[in-house]
Amino acid sequence: MSKLLVQEKEIVVPGQDLAEGMDYLPGEDVIRDKDKLVSTKLGIVGLSGRLVRIVPLNGPYVPKRGDLVIGKIVGVGIGGWRVNIGWPFEANLSVKDATSDFIEKGSDLSKYFNYGDYIIVEIVNVASSKIIDLSMKGPGLRKLGSGRLITIPATKVPRVIGKQGSMISLVKDYTGCKISVGQNGIIWLKGDEPKKELLAIKAINKIENESHISGLTDRMKEFLEREKNGL
Amino acid sequence: MSNIIREHLLELFSKDFRLDGRKFDQYRDIKVEYGISSRSAEGSARVKIGNTEVLAGVKLELGEPYSDNPDEGTIMVNVELLPLSNPEFESGPPGIEAVELSRVVDRAIREGKALNFKKLCITPKEQMWIVLIDIYPVNDAGNLFDAAALAALAALKDAKFPKIEDGKISYRESTGQKLPLEKLPLSCTVYKIGNYFLVDPVSEEELIVDARLTVGVLEDGTLCSLQKGGDFGLNPEEVDQMVDVAVKKTKELRKVL
Repeated sequence: MSKLLVQEKEIVVPGQDLAEGMDYLPGEDVIRDKDKLVSTKLGIVGLSGRLVRIVPLNGPYVPKRGDLVIGKIVGVGIGGWRVNIGWPFEANLSVKDATSDFIEKGSDLSKYFNYGDYIIVEIVNVASSKIIDLSMKGPGLRKLGSGRLITIPATKVPRVIGKQGSMISLVKDYTGCKISVGQNGIIWLKGDEPKKELLAIKAINKIENESHISGLTDRMKEFLEREKNGL
Repeated sequence: MSNIIREHLLELFSKDFRLDGRKFDQYRDIKVEYGISSRSAEGSARVKIGNTEVLAGVKLELGEPYSDNPDEGTIMVNVELLPLSNPEFESGPPGIEAVELSRVVDRAIREGKALNFKKLCITPKEQMWIVLIDIYPVNDAGNLFDAAALAALAALKDAKFPKIEDGKISYRESTGQKLPLEKLPLSCTVYKIGNYFLVDPVSEEELIVDARLTVGVLEDGTLCSLQKGGDFGLNPEEVDQMVDVAVKKTKELRKVL
């Protein structure tokens, strides 16, 4: 007989038993130990049908195929670039995935992306922890222009973006800033006025700090409305 | 450092705006706490400048005076840049940043004649006090130079001599007597980015600094130490301007001590 030992949205610690019996299935950050499901992270329980998963409260970014991330160029080679995406190993961006321009063999690739440039890229393949391939072919993938970068924990990114991008559009609408959020927690933003930029950062920090409390969208709307009048 | 952030910062500066909305010559909020570890150190202090946090401890030891100054005591400043305070810092032997930081702090205290070294000598040629100042940044959110100098001075202000019994120090018992602190040298570091001078940068601003000048200033506005850093040069007019800023700002810093 299967039994669930925790409730939805309960905070669990690593090693805590979540369910007994074979009827429940391990989701993200949950492992099966004989007939028990055990948590591997500090986080909040999420249930969807028979699947038990954990939404971690904090933790590093782990690259996944299909993620859009913001990375920094840390190496320029003959066939492509090395990119730091906030993971212990550098990712590869090869010339053929970076541009559809014709680039002559042996030309200087730093003309396209140089050391210290930031780019927004898609992860197309994660072969092992050390081999991560990136691509810049896709809508919105580009080299970033002048702007400021802030970093938030990668686990908070889904809340900052919101359902179908609702939260981030809210911030964009109220502040008029251009904002790009990478799944790795790096956010690039630029506004036409410095004060609006500060407000956008304040809003993002507020989302980050209160992401686990429900009713966030309404509170954010209220917060932005109030703060905007103060500008 | 990335060009996009530099470009953006210079654009902000041209609108008379800092990264976090401060004025160019405005410090973040400064907090000083004394005696945070009175059981393990003779003097200690914690300094917070915004999110930057630095701990300083003063330990006293007995030693034999150096032969060139037989009637003087001495000080030693050590800075350890803990990896927990900044992802760029590595554990292991002190790197060039740690050495520079400790020497800049040392220089202001030594050349500002903050401590009366003669009074640190117990018996000439035989016994003296060695004042060890240890500085640990807990969080580096920019401007470690000023925070470290402030913490060192605050810890010196807090320090009291321990008792000596049979030629040995009894650390458990304090005499309640303060160190012979006669002057209060404070450092203010002025940074140059593009054509702008600013104080108390945050980490992002610190990364794109062209040049910096750390100025040690006494209560009456006398300069006691200078340290120039950064890749770019400074002309005499710029140095004058930076020193003026530093003298003005150290007056403000003095109020938090």
